[in-house]
Amino acid sequence: MITIKNLQRKWKEFNLKDINLTIEKGEYFVILGPTAAGKTLLLELIAGFYVPDAGEIWIHGDNVTTVTPEDREVGFVYQDYALFPHFTVEENIGYGLKIKKIPKDKINKESQAMMDLLGITYLKNRYPATLSGGEKQKTAIGRALMLNPQILLLDEPLSALDARTKAGLQDELKKIHNESDITIIHVTHDQTEAMIMADRIGIMMKGEIVQTGTTLEIFNTPKNRMVADFVGTENVLEGHISKKIDGLAIVDIGSSEIFAISDLEIGSKVHAFIRPEDIIISKELQETSARNNLETKIKKIIHLGAVVRIELDNELVAFTTKQSAEELELNIDEHTYVSFKTTAVHIVRR
Amino acid sequence: MILHRYLETVLSGKSLYCIAHNERFRMYPKTIKNVMKKLKKDRFLLLFFFLGFFLVAFVFVTLGDMFYRQIGDMQALINAAKDSTILTAIWISISAASVSALIAFIFGVPLAYILSRKDFAFKSVIEGIIDIPIMIPHVVAGIALYGIFMRSGIIGAPFGKIGIVFVDAFPGIVAAMLFMSLPYLVDTAREGFKTVDPRLENVSRSLGASQWTTFRRITFPLALPSIFNGCILCWARGVSEFSAVLIIAYFPKSAPVLIYDLFTMYGLTSSRPASILLVSICLVIFIILRASKHGEKR
Repeated sequence: MITIKNLQRKWKEFNLKDINLTIEKGEYFVILGPTAAGKTLLLELIAGFYVPDAGEIWIHGDNVTTVTPEDREVGFVYQDYALFPHFTVEENIGYGLKIKKIPKDKINKESQAMMDLLGITYLKNRYPATLSGGEKQKTAIGRALMLNPQILLLDEPLSALDARTKAGLQDELKKIHNESDITIIHVTHDQTEAMIMADRIGIMMKGEIVQTGTTLEIFNTPKNRMVADFVGTENVLEGHISKKIDGLAIVDIGSSEIFAISDLEIGSKVHAFIRPEDIIISKELQETSARNNLETKIKKIIHLGAVVRIELDNELVAFTTKQSAEELELNIDEHTYVSFKTTAVHIVRR
Repeated sequence: MILHRYLETVLSGKSLYCIAHNERFRMYPKTIKNVMKKLKKDRFLLLFFFLGFFLVAFVFVTLGDMFYRQIGDMQALINAAKDSTILTAIWISISAASVSALIAFIFGVPLAYILSRKDFAFKSVIEGIIDIPIMIPHVVAGIALYGIFMRSGIIGAPFGKIGIVFVDAFPGIVAAMLFMSLPYLVDTAREGFKTVDPRLENVSRSLGASQWTTFRRITFPLALPSIFNGCILCWARGVSEFSAVLIIAYFPKSAPVLIYDLFTMYGLTSSRPASILLVSICLVIFIILRASKHGEKR
């Protein structure tokens, strides 16, 4: 288990503020955040490349705050892989064992096994400058795994790869994680990647961990507007709880009222978050279980491949499948109805 | 190199692969017309080549003239090559420059590494101090060196007690050469270390290597071409040092001091053979060092 307590570090003009985090042994934890949120710095602090200004880092019950990187048994893979340019792929992969003064024949054997596992044996005598992004990434992961680290830290490991290579490596990483008890902390700014890879996600913004939770918790119940914006909850409505009926809160958003589930008291100023994919579009008012039904007009239709993005006159955004959009024969400026369930509305205090 | 090959092709009329604009293309300059076409295409590079060529010509003509004039009196050159005074002076210059380059390497590489990796108070002051020898007149440097290395100087006195004398002695020549040449090594090595991504060091340490092992296996080998370049420049600058050496150690006579003596006492005819010998020997060493550097490149 990794426990981070009140971690702080100043880096030039940037501050890592009071980070508190617990990551279970064997967990695949993704730190998701925009650029310059401090994600890499946090990872480097866990690896021991820098000493924090304050706070503690505990790994499997040991306080490692001041332990040097070489004694932490933590593997690290950088965004641009940081392969040693003067070593071949085989030498890069065997580097850790060479440092540990393992006999040469054993290094060769284990390096070979790792290259076989990652399917890069054919690259063994090649130098990093001649490798593609995916090949570099596999080499960097292989190098980090050679010492059987308890923890693997991945700093935006897939961001420079094309979609197909990325998907392949995501599977590879998942497989490695599933077949061992290694704890992986993976940093990314890509929410889709986070959803695919994570057991749990930590949202990091402006040097702070602002929310942690499972993928569903993070994407369905963002803690505040900043998180909601970042995880793609495009519908953020401002209003206040005007009344409560049958245990449901009625939120007055100015132009209309919406039903939601909330413990907040009447009069509370709130944000209502609704994910675009939770909004159903229809040409006529439907008899459904959804309590929220609003009449509006279509402002814009944007085709995004399999999905169609529909921007509405009341500032809401909805996603529908290409097939549904075709069946509904949606047109710009057309009157339409949107409906969504009370459970699709997430209320937070403003 | 590109232009060299280009012109070689143009002048020789042979067919060979030329590398230009990072592309390989095959030239078939069968006729003058073809050659002119190619030249027209590369007007930009040609203009830059001829502008740059001015400097190359300046050095080449100056030294070439000296060699050319000597051809008429080869016996004097042969005599100079047999003259033990001249050979000893050249050996003193080369060996003292080598020792000073070695000292600059031992102390300069750690300094260059710190300057490339760490930000600290007065860093720019330290960088300025290191570069002072480039800025000040060499004779001024010689006077300053004499002040601290003379028998009653702050360095000369304690060393004198253990039998190491600098004034008019080999260590004095080394000290003068070291002072004048150390910026070349420190500056070049610092730029070399800057090109090594610190994240490579981080990864190395995460793989179990200590700071020292990481430096030895990762940082130093990657910065080595620059460090080597710095050593060559440092050595070459040491060999050519005259004024500072003249003031602190007139004896034993290093090559530049001896050549100056020959010139003032006997004129151009007597000093030229020794000059040609010094330039030739240094040139050969320089070419060998440069060639070995290129040979190391992967």
